Amino acid sequence: MDSVAQRLSVVGAGAALELRGVTRLFGALAALTDVTITVRPGERRAVLGSNGAGKTTLFNCITGDFPPSSGTIRFFGEDITQFPPYERIRRGLRRTYQISALFPGLTVQDNVYLACRGVSRGRFSLLRPGQNDALMHATETLVQAVHLAGVKDQRVAELAHGQQRQLEIALALAGAPRFILFDEPAAGLSPTERRELIEILTSLPAHIGYIIIEHDMDVALRVVESVTMMHNGRIFKEGLPREIESDPEVQELYLGGGHE
Amino acid sequence: MSLLQSTQFRPDPSANATRRAWIRAWPELQNPAAWLVALILVIMPLIANGFFLIEIFATTLILGIIALSLMFLAGYGGMVSLMQLTIAGFAGYMVAVFGISGNANISLGWPWWLATPMALALATLFGTLGGALAVRTEGIYTIMITLAIGAAFYYFTNQNWAIFNGHTGINTVATPQFWGVDWRSDIAFYYVTLGVAAICYFAVQYVSRAPFGLALQGVRDNSRRMAALGFNPNAHRIAAYAFAAFIAALGGVLQVWNYRQISPGSVSVGACIDVLIIAVVGGITRPIGPFIGALIFVLLRTFALDVLIKFGLDGNRFRLLIGLGFLAIVFWSSDGVIGLWERWRRNASPTQRPGGGRHG
Repeated sequence: MDSVAQRLSVVGAGAALELRGVTRLFGALAALTDVTITVRPGERRAVLGSNGAGKTTLFNCITGDFPPSSGTIRFFGEDITQFPPYERIRRGLRRTYQISALFPGLTVQDNVYLACRGVSRGRFSLLRPGQNDALMHATETLVQAVHLAGVKDQRVAELAHGQQRQLEIALALAGAPRFILFDEPAAGLSPTERRELIEILTSLPAHIGYIIIEHDMDVALRVVESVTMMHNGRIFKEGLPREIESDPEVQELYLGGGHE
Repeated sequence: MSLLQSTQFRPDPSANATRRAWIRAWPELQNPAAWLVALILVIMPLIANGFFLIEIFATTLILGIIALSLMFLAGYGGMVSLMQLTIAGFAGYMVAVFGISGNANISLGWPWWLATPMALALATLFGTLGGALAVRTEGIYTIMITLAIGAAFYYFTNQNWAIFNGHTGINTVATPQFWGVDWRSDIAFYYVTLGVAAICYFAVQYVSRAPFGLALQGVRDNSRRMAALGFNPNAHRIAAYAFAAFIAALGGVLQVWNYRQISPGSVSVGACIDVLIIAVVGGITRPIGPFIGALIFVLLRTFALDVLIKFGLDGNRFRLLIGLGFLAIVFWSSDGVIGLWERWRRNASPTQRPGGGRHG
């Protein structure tokens, strides 16, 4: 317990995200039970499991949308268990939502601008951004990156589903993300849009790790290096993509269970 | 972010983009009707006599400013606050208490240039504290809490004699006089209210596109997602209450200068609800709505009596007309007169891009 390295390893400073014994109760129902996960910086991991396995609840606990009932969550070594969501986001955590959570009354550009502004200073600024505002440039770049430049002045309510999903991803890429939680980003996307999504995910800078919840195995297993399998709110299995794919128990539970 | 820069980048013709951004930021400047209205308002003293200047237009502008503060909260923040008139009334009371009035036992006799900033500061603080209470709730509970604050203040002014002078209120409140001008004389006061109203209007318009205003609209649309973008939604809501309280306080100061007196009747629950009616009738999607609503309200309040008597009805029923009008507008257009106007224009010119109507 003397060297700095030892102490750091105890608090999990080496991990991007470390969950210890995280449990989340909804009344008497345990949506998560004693979940312990460690994810390295830059690691890309898929979380699989049938509906109700607790995948989205896991995300909600990590981002603080619903804080865990017990257990601790560390983000790059810092205990964030009691932090409100916005404090976690300001530290470099990002997420997307399974059902697009956008601002329908605002334009695409304003949505992305808000995301950029949310993780920088001047959130309460009463001054409009000028032509050379750095965040406006960041906004333009992000809008281009998710192929929405053509509709940037349209209100989000008018966008097609696929475009809303792309915007959802753009919001999570704003600022300097260190770790991103993608909640079924491919849901409802066409095959072309799926290819674009895979391209975006695989071309993320190497230091950005993520966890992706995805039912589409073609997407999920192509963009990750490790897999966590959940069942009934517990961690069921962890391993490499091919191990999980060929695991008979997993096949029975999930792949053979008629789920797509 | 290297990935993001690597994707192909097709820049817009930049001059065009600047122009479009400018138009989007200040739609009024492109609208000849807005210029016409502004011109008429500026030369109004040449057209209208003292009665119209003060009883109709100055009163409209003052009520419009107070309703504008509600429009800001409700339209951009999704928070319906019924205490905006209470904040205005509080500011009015503070002008009377700190300044000079006929009730020398109460008024501290400060000059107007000290009493007014004091009143604005205290009323903004009052509104911010009320807001800090109200943001703990949502929807109908926000309405209930702010209504409760309004009602409590009304009964408090009725019963407190040391500061608010009970139900008689404070009378003969002094108004500013400097540079040899009596700023409460009809024409001067009209221009004061017009100036303050214009500043408030453009401030709200401007802030709606600034980071603070955009974030407020984000909180309105999806506060959970705002938190997941790094914003503290409740802090934004409270700041919005503070901003709106300052606007309402400006309206309240003008109102006490207008009537030269203030009493519990000025802050009654009915008056609080009138502000809601004004904002909703005008439309809460744009800052111009409250002023349109205020004009309709003041015209009805002033002339419905005569019109009703002409038709052999009881003149005191003018509120019935307002109520029916309110009902009709809410029934046919959820965003007030502005919504009716926009739909009419869209139908008249079908080439216009749909959805461009909603501000923000």
